[in-house]
Amino acid sequence: MRFIPVTCEEQAEMLRVVGADTVDDLFVDVPAAARLGRPLALPDPLGEVELAAHLEDLASADSHAGSVVSLLGGGCYDHYVPAIVDAVVSKPAFFTAYTPYQPEVSQGTLQAVYEYQSMICALTGMDVANASMYDGASAFAEAALMAARVTRRHQVVVSAAVHPEWRETLATYVGAGVLDILTCPMSDGVTDAAALRDLVDDRTAAVLAASPTFYGALDDLEALAGIAHDAGALLVAGTNPILLGVLEPPAAYGADIVVGEGQPLGNPQSFGGPGLGIFACRQEHLRQMPGRVAGRTTDVDGRTGFVLTFSTREQHIRREKATSNICSNHALNALAAGVYLSAVGREGLAGIGRACVAKAHYLESRLVETGRFERVFSAPFAHEFALRYTGDVAVMQARLLERGFFAGLDLGRFRAEDVGRVLFAVTEKRTRAQLDRFVAEVNAL
Amino acid sequence: MSAPTREPLTGTLIFERGAPESRCVESPALDVPDVSLSDVLSGRQRTEPPVLPHVTEVEIARHYERLASANFGVDSGFYPLGSCTMKYNPKIDEWACRLPGFAGLHPYQPPATVQGALELMWELQEALAEIAGLPAVTLQPAAGAHGELTGLLAIRAYHTANGDPRARVLVPDSAHGTNPATVAMCGYEVVQVPSDERGGVDVAALNTLLDTDVAAIMLTNPNTLGLFDENILEITAAVHAVGALAYCDGANLNAILGKSRPGDMGFDALHINLHKTFATPHGGGGPGSGPVAVSDALAPYLPGPVVARAADGVFSLVTPERSIGRVRSFVGNFGVLVRAYAYIRAVGGSGLTEVAEQAVLSANYLKELLRDVWPLPYDRVCKHEFVLSGGRMRKQTGVRTLDVAKRLLDYGIHPPTIYFPLIVEEALMIEPTETESKETLDRFAGVLRTIAAEAAEDAGLLQGAPYSTPVRRLDEAAAVKRPDLAWVPPEGAPG
Ligand SMILES: Cc1ncc(COP(=O)(O)O)c(C=O)c1O
Repeated sequence: MRFIPVTCEEQAEMLRVVGADTVDDLFVDVPAAARLGRPLALPDPLGEVELAAHLEDLASADSHAGSVVSLLGGGCYDHYVPAIVDAVVSKPAFFTAYTPYQPEVSQGTLQAVYEYQSMICALTGMDVANASMYDGASAFAEAALMAARVTRRHQVVVSAAVHPEWRETLATYVGAGVLDILTCPMSDGVTDAAALRDLVDDRTAAVLAASPTFYGALDDLEALAGIAHDAGALLVAGTNPILLGVLEPPAAYGADIVVGEGQPLGNPQSFGGPGLGIFACRQEHLRQMPGRVAGRTTDVDGRTGFVLTFSTREQHIRREKATSNICSNHALNALAAGVYLSAVGREGLAGIGRACVAKAHYLESRLVETGRFERVFSAPFAHEFALRYTGDVAVMQARLLERGFFAGLDLGRFRAEDVGRVLFAVTEKRTRAQLDRFVAEVNAL
Repeated sequence: MSAPTREPLTGTLIFERGAPESRCVESPALDVPDVSLSDVLSGRQRTEPPVLPHVTEVEIARHYERLASANFGVDSGFYPLGSCTMKYNPKIDEWACRLPGFAGLHPYQPPATVQGALELMWELQEALAEIAGLPAVTLQPAAGAHGELTGLLAIRAYHTANGDPRARVLVPDSAHGTNPATVAMCGYEVVQVPSDERGGVDVAALNTLLDTDVAAIMLTNPNTLGLFDENILEITAAVHAVGALAYCDGANLNAILGKSRPGDMGFDALHINLHKTFATPHGGGGPGSGPVAVSDALAPYLPGPVVARAADGVFSLVTPERSIGRVRSFVGNFGVLVRAYAYIRAVGGSGLTEVAEQAVLSANYLKELLRDVWPLPYDRVCKHEFVLSGGRMRKQTGVRTLDVAKRLLDYGIHPPTIYFPLIVEEALMIEPTETESKETLDRFAGVLRTIAAEAAEDAGLLQGAPYSTPVRRLDEAAAVKRPDLAWVPPEGAPG
């Protein structure tokens, strides 16, 4: 395929205008030793028909949420995506636009961002939300950096119950020695609050936790906020936005910065990306917030309009003094989240949350009843839970995959202490029939 | 008789549409026993429902259609936004990333069930390595700036392993803001390198700044003036001579595809913006994808996982031995990787070279059509873009580059990048890309000439522009003075 509309004749005319004999004359500034001087060793072009067939071949080599019943979670979930979501994000005026630097011709993007920010504030209970970050993990790391700027302290305490990939991302982000990280042990699938109290002091910029935790358990954010605030530190709370129709928002427990992975809100799993990073904070900390933010204002004729604002925080104005280097974000995924939340609305979100919770609790008790799984934690959970398998996890998962199930996430791959434990996630898409069939297959193991 | 009026396209929020009883998608009927939320959540259930819209599907469809009509994308018209490579986004790529065997994959599925996805990623790694002239690639970074962070952290880890992370990173004064911001995030001090009168790095100045405390230089080549640095080999050699490494911001790779490779220029690391060079859409600000290609020396430090291919053709995810760690969850912006891979296979190796040639020819052509109207601060052959200065126009007419940009909107054209790079007064940075016809380029030049004539005749006309857009100039000062960053329901509104 070729996406160049200029004809050969026109090329000749253009070369004449620029005073060049050949296109290569336009590359005279490239030193000879830096020229490739041979064709790229890449395949020949494909026509659209051949390309489509090739891509379908690749995709059909995979099993996916449509062909296997998935009980996988751990930060990426098989929720239903309403048809209207893709209809909106497929509009070329949205997806082919750049960052809304010219607000007069970007009101669609800007208003959608403002609406998204409003919905994230409504969900989390926070005052302000940014226009999105890359994902939950990078938002988590940026929250630690922001807390350090707010408190002018250089140490954070992170709960061991947080997603290991979030913690690893945090460690990478601050790996240059910009922050010290202490890890607070967990107990019963949540942060060990007693241990936390001993770790937090007047050097602590923030306590970093999440509820639900990586293990699906609900952490005691109120206690964690109390410990953080007593020491003059902030509480950074990770959340799963799709549960915020049924879970009390992090703001109610005193969280200062709320982050989360927004994929569950209308974005396909897509092998883990692109999702979006949710980032929300208190108004008083706005000037330390990373990322773009849209605000409502008026135009010269008094009409309501939207702009990117508080840009003096950002790299294109402040360069090395910026709050972050982030430039491109995940605007289209945030648009999907906004459409999703509009489509399900207040009642839909609460109903989806309730369905996830009820189905997860149903499956949990049925699995424990089989005698092949045992409870490991007693903390309350929402739609994701960890159980110990009494046999070999890999063998169990392989057998159940043959029977058409992704039988949860083997936690042993993340932490030695978790060998033998499996994390199950249940979304509103799972039917009782699927769950019963799964339990029957477990019984037949 | 009053004139018929249309409802404005934007301004009315989705929250203000619909009615309390309106519904679109409802949760599925519960087919398992219901639970008491206060019991199972131990009292952590929500007490006040979040204020979300109440709308029907038709209201959502209309709402976003109106918003879309108030937006401008590549499909709307010419979008010569310098440094952003706003080329056409092929529709087949959109179809491909939505295939269930791609969009429906969970990142923790067993590797045997995602061999198609891993093969695609591996092929993309290989293709990008060939294009970059650098052997190892990570697809994990989510955008250009994220790639910068990844590359610079890998460089830091490399120096640290050699006994000293070093203290400073050199960044030219023409660099994009993400470069110095990244340097600061990596715990380094930014040292600015001046440009010379030909628009390249001032080599004499560079040599005085180089010492064994310099960890790296971050260069964009072609640079943000659209100029290829003629001294690039000398520069990277001087950098290496003090034991420092050379990082290339690959934002401008579109100009040199198949013509010259950063690895062959002496760079040790490069990030590639798939959302620029490889035709994946910008999405109104993202998602992008910023793979990083590095030399053998830096390869062990890349974030994991990367895709490996065993002798038997089986693909797996592996973490490099001395990895800096991951920079995000999961494997990368896979949906964007699918689009970029589809694009590379569509145009093929020969097509990529043709892309660079046409992008450069189109930019040079436009430059010739415009150089007598706006001064060209660096007069030499350009690559994929060029920068004009609005300084003279401002002096002579009072019309600023901002006014020219706003006036372009009235002609249905997206303005170029303005006020960047910082070293050009009243900069207009124009990048036509290869996907525009000669007719479009000619019309654009004609419109800019008309605008220049308007500026000379009636500065106020431009200073008041735009006139025909859904909204006109917005009060940005008020947006900061009275921050309104989220909608709150009016008091007493029905819940
Ligand atoms: C030269 C240059 N470097 C870096 C970036 C940042 O890239 P991203 O927005 O993908 O993070 C840009 C984006 O406009 C750029 O033009």
